[in-house]
Amino acid sequence: MSAVDNPILTIDGLSVKLPKGADRSHALNGVSLAIAANEIVCVVGESGSGKSVMANAIMRLLPGEVAIDGGRVLFEGKDLASASNTEMRKVRGAGIAMIFQEPMTALNPLRTIGDQIGEMFEIHTELSKKEIKARVLGLLADVHIPDPAQAARAYPHELSGGQRQRAMIAMALALDPRLLIADEPTTALDVTTQAQILKLIKELQSRRNTAVLFITHDFGVVAEIADRVVVMQHGNVVEQGSVKDVLTNPQHPYTQQLIAAVPPLTAPPPRALSDDIILDLASVSKTYRNGGFLGRGVRVTHAVKSVSLKLPRGATLGIVGESGSGKSTLARCIIRLIDPDGGSILLEGKDWAKLSRDEVRRETQHIQMVFQDPFASLNPRRKAGDLVAQGPIVHGTPRADAMAQAEELFRLVGLDPSAIDRFPHEFSGGQRQRIGLARALALKPDVLVADEAVSALDVSVQAQVLKMLYELRERLGLSIVFITHDLRVAAQICDLVAVMKDGEVVEHGLAGEVFGNPQHAYTQALLASIPGGDFARSRVPLTA
Amino acid sequence: MRILSLAGRRLAASIPTLFLILIGVFLLLQFAPGDTVDAMMAQMGGGDAATARELRKFYGLDLSIPMQLGNYLWRLIRLDLGFSSIYGKPVATVIIERLPPTILLMTASLSFAFFFGLLLGVIAARGVNKWPDTLISTLGLVFYATPSFWFGLMAIVVFSIYLQWLPAGGFEDIGAVQSGFGRTIDIAQHLILPTLTLGLIFLAIYLRIMRASMLEVLNLDFVRTARAKGLDETRVVAKHVLRNALLPMVTLIGLQAGTMLGGSVVVESVFSLPGLGRLAYESVVQRDLNTLLGIVFVSALLVILVNFLVDLLYARLDPRIQAEG
Repeated sequence: MSAVDNPILTIDGLSVKLPKGADRSHALNGVSLAIAANEIVCVVGESGSGKSVMANAIMRLLPGEVAIDGGRVLFEGKDLASASNTEMRKVRGAGIAMIFQEPMTALNPLRTIGDQIGEMFEIHTELSKKEIKARVLGLLADVHIPDPAQAARAYPHELSGGQRQRAMIAMALALDPRLLIADEPTTALDVTTQAQILKLIKELQSRRNTAVLFITHDFGVVAEIADRVVVMQHGNVVEQGSVKDVLTNPQHPYTQQLIAAVPPLTAPPPRALSDDIILDLASVSKTYRNGGFLGRGVRVTHAVKSVSLKLPRGATLGIVGESGSGKSTLARCIIRLIDPDGGSILLEGKDWAKLSRDEVRRETQHIQMVFQDPFASLNPRRKAGDLVAQGPIVHGTPRADAMAQAEELFRLVGLDPSAIDRFPHEFSGGQRQRIGLARALALKPDVLVADEAVSALDVSVQAQVLKMLYELRERLGLSIVFITHDLRVAAQICDLVAVMKDGEVVEHGLAGEVFGNPQHAYTQALLASIPGGDFARSRVPLTA
Repeated sequence: MRILSLAGRRLAASIPTLFLILIGVFLLLQFAPGDTVDAMMAQMGGGDAATARELRKFYGLDLSIPMQLGNYLWRLIRLDLGFSSIYGKPVATVIIERLPPTILLMTASLSFAFFFGLLLGVIAARGVNKWPDTLISTLGLVFYATPSFWFGLMAIVVFSIYLQWLPAGGFEDIGAVQSGFGRTIDIAQHLILPTLTLGLIFLAIYLRIMRASMLEVLNLDFVRTARAKGLDETRVVAKHVLRNALLPMVTLIGLQAGTMLGGSVVVESVFSLPGLGRLAYESVVQRDLNTLLGIVFVSALLVILVNFLVDLLYARLDPRIQAEG
């Protein structure tokens, strides 16, 4: 046990059993930790480390087949692990409150925000309807929602992601709980919103003396918010200590490995760029219209507004921006998954913006895309080898040759060639993203468009995939358009960076210059919002 | 208001469909051998060819088929459903006389199926894979797999003939002239067995949909949020799960309104209810084209009306509809 004075919550040797047939027998193996009042403890770990299971185990919200099978959870002197359901219900919400990762799905879509926050008072207090209403408005004002009265009347879909998470926090803090469990509360948010929410949590925590158990996979967030850090791996606590000790002097090899994998914010020294422009975008535009009937009440969204960019042969162009900035629309325009409204996209002298559907199909071998979600972007009913070989076969390669190539590609992206007979679900997320990459490379493209290709991956896997991209780029002379919302990732791999906001490129140039000396106010704001910015900047860039 | 205009637009869009259906039914009936006059002659006990020719001329049946169709549609536009030669009354009058039993039967069956489907679905989902779930799911399968006419006949055998609790058929007791409350009770008694017969199949469908939809919603994040707030299971289900799980059920009502009208033909025949379904069957047998087309028209209107109401209800239940429009 670590020495913590006056702990609010003490977890002592907590074990959680997984159902038969899971990849391991226990989600948690004798986890012990303690949290004192007025303290933010970050639990860090990659997916599958058991950090979310621990949060749900404290609240006894585990799914049916997953059960606590040992240890104690002491909260205000009571063991929650053995408390009755009725006792638990009194603790939930009032004593320990929880906020979740995805505020859209964590709120009931059919009830108003005010109604859902008010429910906290309805079940735990005897307040009158009028008092509840006043309290709800007070809470919404506390979390700095612009118009509390309107937000209380709104349904979840009518608020932005950041406001939804604010409402969620207001709900969690309604009854002044002693402990707040935050399960990846900023992961689904944009970087500027994330910075605001982190600030809000910190502000509320110090004002109300709430203890916070903050679960995250992001060391930047840890550096930003934590007082103490607990590192978890495979259901075990491998290291815990003050944030300064763990970040600057990690003891356990796994912690060292995790911290080494955090992408630094400083760009590697610039490489020499070729003068030969392979991809030349000139005033590309895309406008969406929807909601109208016979021209009435049309909502016009300018997703991409007159974007002009140049990609030299062999270089990597990063397009960064928050959600809704139009970066994915631009990527889809480049490979003509959607048709741009105007402008030209010159690839090897051909204007892709004007090719017919048939021509696009024939030309796709020159430009290929890697998608964000390695789970959704591979057909679950086809074998990995077939998925990779499909492209060449469609373009006329005999099946046997294509399969042989697929094996070769598997080796190239660091997978076992004998795995071509396995189905996508038999691979891990990182391996699947490698398959996605092999699939894109199968057609020997000149340009690779990677749309958030590493965003869904854990940091250590992310670092491996990035390193592989780095190597492949050197080996195959690939030119890459790399789309990401994560500036740290962009800093690491891109030669050139373009920052997009509301469909426009607000700033572009060499990565080192954009990150080192940002000119546009928005770029500056983005860089300032990166959690644990100083920590990220202090680290040395990765070299291949 | 936005949703009203949306639903109104859908209403307008169903008018061409309505005409297509009417034209289709009209043409289909031309392929059937014999016409109204043949049926009338048979009722009269036969007659000579000259009388038949006279009658055909009188009813406009000697015209070419496109002319007859044109005449019919033109009258329809003026909201005139025509004259039934078999019943000797305007078709509109015939249909209005027969409409109440069918509407009563449909509303009662639908409410019965919806309410108990919902209830049983919730119970099954709450105890998933335990004995209540197994029992309810098996019963549902039995109801779904059994033909409704057989249910009807067995219900008559057990409750009307053997136990003598309920009347075997008809809409009300013709022997005793009753008024007011007594009549209501009498009609309700007559409708119990038909309602159960028609409702059971739909009950089975609703309960399966409700069970599946409950199980899905119970796994959603906001249910976990609700539990994390300290709500007990009953409140979690009543306040958070139920309304979300109801959405697919409501969609289903609109889809099944038509099926239910079709099902009422069988049930009305088994329980000799003087409703729209039986009328449709009789008009086919008697080649009473005007009445049949009138029934098709009115049934289509009913289905469209139900769907309109379902649209409004759905928009009331789901605030996201208005935004997406």
